[in-house]
Amino acid sequence: MAHAEGQQHAHAQGQQHAHAEGQQHPIGIYLKIWALLFILSALSYSVDYFHFQGYLRWFLIIVFMLLKAGLIVAVFMHMMWERLALLYAILVPTLLLMVLLGIGALEADYTFFTRGVFFVKGLL
Amino acid sequence: MTQAMPTNIVKPLPLPEGVPGIVADWSSDQRAFKNVPWGKAMMWIFLLSDTFIFSSFLISYMTVRMSATEPWPNPSEVFALTLFGKSIPLILIAIMTFVLISSSGTMAMAVKFGYEKNKKMTFILLLITAALGATFVGMQAFEWTKLILDEGIRPWGNPLGAAQFGSVFFMITGFHGTHVSIGVIFLIIVAIKVLRGDLDHERPGFMTGRKGKYEIVEIMGLYWHFVDLVWVFIFAVFYLW
Repeated sequence: MAHAEGQQHAHAQGQQHAHAEGQQHPIGIYLKIWALLFILSALSYSVDYFHFQGYLRWFLIIVFMLLKAGLIVAVFMHMMWERLALLYAILVPTLLLMVLLGIGALEADYTFFTRGVFFVKGLL
Repeated sequence: MTQAMPTNIVKPLPLPEGVPGIVADWSSDQRAFKNVPWGKAMMWIFLLSDTFIFSSFLISYMTVRMSATEPWPNPSEVFALTLFGKSIPLILIAIMTFVLISSSGTMAMAVKFGYEKNKKMTFILLLITAALGATFVGMQAFEWTKLILDEGIRPWGNPLGAAQFGSVFFMITGFHGTHVSIGVIFLIIVAIKVLRGDLDHERPGFMTGRKGKYEIVEIMGLYWHFVDLVWVFIFAVFYLW
């Protein structure tokens, strides 16, 4: 009897989990993130509008870009509520792109240098 | 928060959190991505591959721009529009950004109402998302027309400076625009499925025996948010650099 009850209890629990499956979150969080993305977009647009230059421009562009990307992935794509196994499987491989970025920058510098030496007078 | 995997056996398997959770998920002789429908895991893996495609484009763009010996056309001026007799820099791109972010917001809410089985709201929000996406593509078509006809920018050269500007611009925005267009088509398909009640009746989809469930709205949402995500990067590195 106790065993059957236990089973029933476990079954009810299982159903509860089945209902909890899928991502259900209050609508407020989506509206807040939406507003935040609007503000961040306006800020990154104002970087261009107010003609910030140099390292400050780069810093601001990249900060706003990463903040927006993070908010979209974390909340809109529900990554913050997923298990770490999925999160790491998707996000860690993208770090490899940093290597490609570095190689690209090195190669571009070298190409620019050789073009200056051999093709374009007065560039260097 | 401790989660448990829904199973048919009496006692749900305990799922440890944190790093022990990763080891447990990957080492167990069962599916690695728990509490996630396989369709969603597959969409994430597709999006990872798409991330590499777009990143390769953007990194090649960086390489090409850094090594260009001619001056690079200033995007702030190229994409300026004259509104109310005043030239506003980059305004078209800014509006496109807001349109795409809004479509992401409505998509996120469509997913929420989908899981609540609120057919009407899900359908309306999906349609708004598709309409905003179509608006974005329309504005991009306007931008391309302006650049090709008025500014004389071609993939092989342009009167403003470095020839690489045109090829990179048309390839990256073209590839992104294609993604948005495909997304709009699939948003309409999913919206019709929702309205017909296919997802309530678990009706199998076209060319698949897979039963319709509201998780397909979320999977559609992942794709759509990704399109928005790519635009964040294009906006930052192509238009603001």
